[in-house]
Amino acid sequence: MSVKTSSFDKLNPEQLLKVRQIIKKHQGEDGALIPILRDIQEELGYLPRDAQVEVAQKLNIPLSEVYSVITFYALFSLKPKGKYHINVCKGTACYVRGAEGILEKLKDVLGIGPGDTTDDGLFSIDVIRCLGACGLGPVITINDETYARLKPDNIPGIIARYTDVGTKDYEERPVQEKVNV
Amino acid sequence: MISLNINNQKVKVEEGATILEAAEKAGIKIPTLCYLKEINKVGACRMCVVEVEGAKTLQAACVTPAAEGMVVKTNTPFVRKARKKILELILSDHPFECLTCVRNGNCELQTLAENLGIREVGYQGEKTESYIDTSTPSIVRDPNKCILCRRCVSVCNEIQNVGILFPNERGFNTFIGPAYGALLADEPCSLCGQCVLACPTGALHEHEDIDRVWKAIEDPNKHVVVQTAPAIRVTLGEALGLPPGSIVVGQMVAALRRLGFDKVFDTDFAADLTIMEEGHEFLDRLKNGGKLPLITSCSPGWIKFCEHHYPEFLENLSTCKSPQQMFGALAKTYYAHKNRIDPKNMFVVSIMPCTAKKFECQRPEMVDSEYLDVDVSLTTRELAKMIKQAGINFDTLESEEYDAPLGISTGAGAIFGATGGVMEAALRTVYEVVTGEELKSLDFIDVRGLKGVKEAQVELPGITVKVAVAHGLSNAREVLEAVKRGEADYHFIEIMACPGGCIGGGGQPIPTNTEIRERRIKAIYEVDKGMKLRKSHENPAIKRLYQEFLGAPLQEKSHHLLHTCYAPRGKYTKS
Repeated sequence: MSVKTSSFDKLNPEQLLKVRQIIKKHQGEDGALIPILRDIQEELGYLPRDAQVEVAQKLNIPLSEVYSVITFYALFSLKPKGKYHINVCKGTACYVRGAEGILEKLKDVLGIGPGDTTDDGLFSIDVIRCLGACGLGPVITINDETYARLKPDNIPGIIARYTDVGTKDYEERPVQEKVNV
Repeated sequence: MISLNINNQKVKVEEGATILEAAEKAGIKIPTLCYLKEINKVGACRMCVVEVEGAKTLQAACVTPAAEGMVVKTNTPFVRKARKKILELILSDHPFECLTCVRNGNCELQTLAENLGIREVGYQGEKTESYIDTSTPSIVRDPNKCILCRRCVSVCNEIQNVGILFPNERGFNTFIGPAYGALLADEPCSLCGQCVLACPTGALHEHEDIDRVWKAIEDPNKHVVVQTAPAIRVTLGEALGLPPGSIVVGQMVAALRRLGFDKVFDTDFAADLTIMEEGHEFLDRLKNGGKLPLITSCSPGWIKFCEHHYPEFLENLSTCKSPQQMFGALAKTYYAHKNRIDPKNMFVVSIMPCTAKKFECQRPEMVDSEYLDVDVSLTTRELAKMIKQAGINFDTLESEEYDAPLGISTGAGAIFGATGGVMEAALRTVYEVVTGEELKSLDFIDVRGLKGVKEAQVELPGITVKVAVAHGLSNAREVLEAVKRGEADYHFIEIMACPGGCIGGGGQPIPTNTEIRERRIKAIYEVDKGMKLRKSHENPAIKRLYQEFLGAPLQEKSHHLLHTCYAPRGKYTKS
C-alpha cells in the first residue's frame, strides 16, 4: 500500500524547467491536471514526486489529489520503466496455460510486482493482454526478446541472462560484483 | 413541488430532492452507509438501493433525484436481498473485531448488519492487509477497517480544505489516505479529527490515552488534577445516552471526583485568563502599531493548519497559549506552590473536545513549568468511556461544584466552546477595560451562530474595531485569502478549526451534525446566561492570581508561563 520514495523522485534542474514549462502551457485551462500529468510523463517517462509537488503548488491543489489521480489511471506511472522491461501476457490462452505462475515467479525473483521497477532501475514488470502468440503461451517479452512456453522454473535462468556474465550490463558493472558472480 | 409515490404513500418534495430525502419526509427509513447529510453524497456503497418503477436496475436513493409521478418501493424482497448481498460483500473485506473495536456499540456498519439481519457472510476472499498508522498522538488510521465510503475525504477536502485524505490506487488496492500511503505525522494535517467524526467504522479514531490516566489515578504518589474544557459540559451527556444539548456541569464534576481525581478544575478559568492576556495583547498591538489583524490561538488544529499552510500569518497569531496549556503551566507552578505540592508529583489531565489537543500538549515547547505542563489530554468520548468503565450511574449523580481556585470561572469562559465565543468574551472585556464603562448588553449576537464567516464592529474611543469570526478551516482559508488580497481590514479575527467551534470538535460524541451542533451551542449560551459573573475581568480567582503571582497581563511571569511562539512546518512534508 505504501510506496517508498526514492531517487526516482528527484528532478534535475533541466527536468524541473521542462515541468514548469508544461504546467505553464496548460495552467488556467479547465481540467488542466490530467493533460499536465500526461505531458510530464511523456517528457520524463514517469511522474516523480518532485514533479507532483510542482504541479500541486502551481495548480494550488493538495499533493494528495495529484497522487490520487496518478494512481487511479493505469496510464500514469510513478517510476521509470526498467532498463529491461518485462511484459507478462495474461490473455486468455496464456492465463489458462499458467501465466499466473510465471508472474508469481517473476515477483519472487525480482521482488517487485506489476507496475513497479526494481530499486537498481534494471527491471520493470507490466501485465498485458494477449501478444498474439497464443499457441506459444505462456509468453513474456523482455524488451524485444520473446520467451515462449514458459514454466516458472525457467524464470531465474532468463533473468540471470540480463544480470550475469555475457550481458552488456555485466560489462558495465564494477569489478567487485563480477568476482562474486 | 414534485409529487411521487413511495411504498404507496404520496410524498411532495422540492424539485432537486433525492429519493432518500423524499422518503425521509414520508417517515420511511432507507439504510445508508456512505451517505452523510450535507457532507457526502456519492452513491458509492449502494446500501440505499430502491426499486423505481420503469428503471432497469435498482437505484441508489441518496443520489437519484425524485421525479414527478415516480413510483418507488423501498422494502421489497428483491431490495432486501440486494442490500443484504451488498452488505455481505462489504463485510467480506472487514475484520470481525467488533468486540475489541474502539467503535463497538457506536458503529454504523455494525448497526446495519444488525438491522439487515446478517447472520453469516457468504463471501470469502482476499482481505485488505495494511499497516495501522499510529504516528500521531491524536488520530489513528486503520485502513483495515475502512469501507471506502469517502466521507472522510469529503470532510478533509470540502469542509476543512486541508487536502490530506484522498482515494488512491483502484479496485481492490484502493486505499484512503495521504499521497504515497504516508504517515499522518509526516503530512500537513491539522489533526482536527473531523474525519473521525465522519467515519462510520473504526477506521479513523482518536489515540486512546485512558489507561495512562487510570495508572496516574491509581498511583498514590501522584496528585492528579483534571480540567474540563468549556464545551464538555454540554456534550458529555450525549455520549452517556442523554439528548444533545443536555447541560451536565454538576454531574460531570461529581463523576470526575468518583473517578478518583484529586482536584476537579475548569478550563473556563484558564479561558478567562486567556481573555485577560489576549485582550491586553490586542489593545497593545492596536495602540503600539503591532501586527494586525490579531488572530486567536486557542484552537490547536487551527494553529497547526496555519503553521503548515499559512506561515505568512504566524506573526498575526496571538502569542497566548491555549487555555489548556495556560492551565497546565499554572497548575504545576502557582497551584503547586500554593498547596506545597512538588510539581514533579503532579499529573495534569485535560478533558477536551479535541484530537489536536493531544498533539498540542506534547509540543516540545509546552514545558514552561519545567515539567510537561499537561500530561494527558482525553476527548469527551474517552471520558464517557472512563465513566462507563468505573460503573458510575451518571443519570442519578447529584450535582457538585468545581474546586477552587482553578475551578472558578465566568460565562465568558464558558462561551469559548462555541464559534464566536472567544471573540464575544474578548469584546466584553476589551470594551470595559478601554472605556471604563459597563456594557449595556453583554450579548454580541452578530458573532454567534453557524454562519461560516461572521463580522461585527465595535465602537471604542477613537476607533471602530472590525472583527471577524471563522469556524471550519475552509472558512478560515476564505478569511485569510481576503486579508491577503487586501479586501478585509479586520483588527481581530477568531478562528476555530472545527465547524461550530469546540462543541463540534473532533473529540466530541458521534454523531455530530448541524442539528446537534445547534443544540449544543444553545446549551453553551444557557450556561453563560446562568452564570453570576459573565466577564472575565470580574473573575475573583483571576484577580487574585494576578495579585498573588502574575502581577499584570503581559508582564514577565505571564510572558514566561502563558505565552508561546510558532514556527512554519512546511506544506509538503516528509512523505
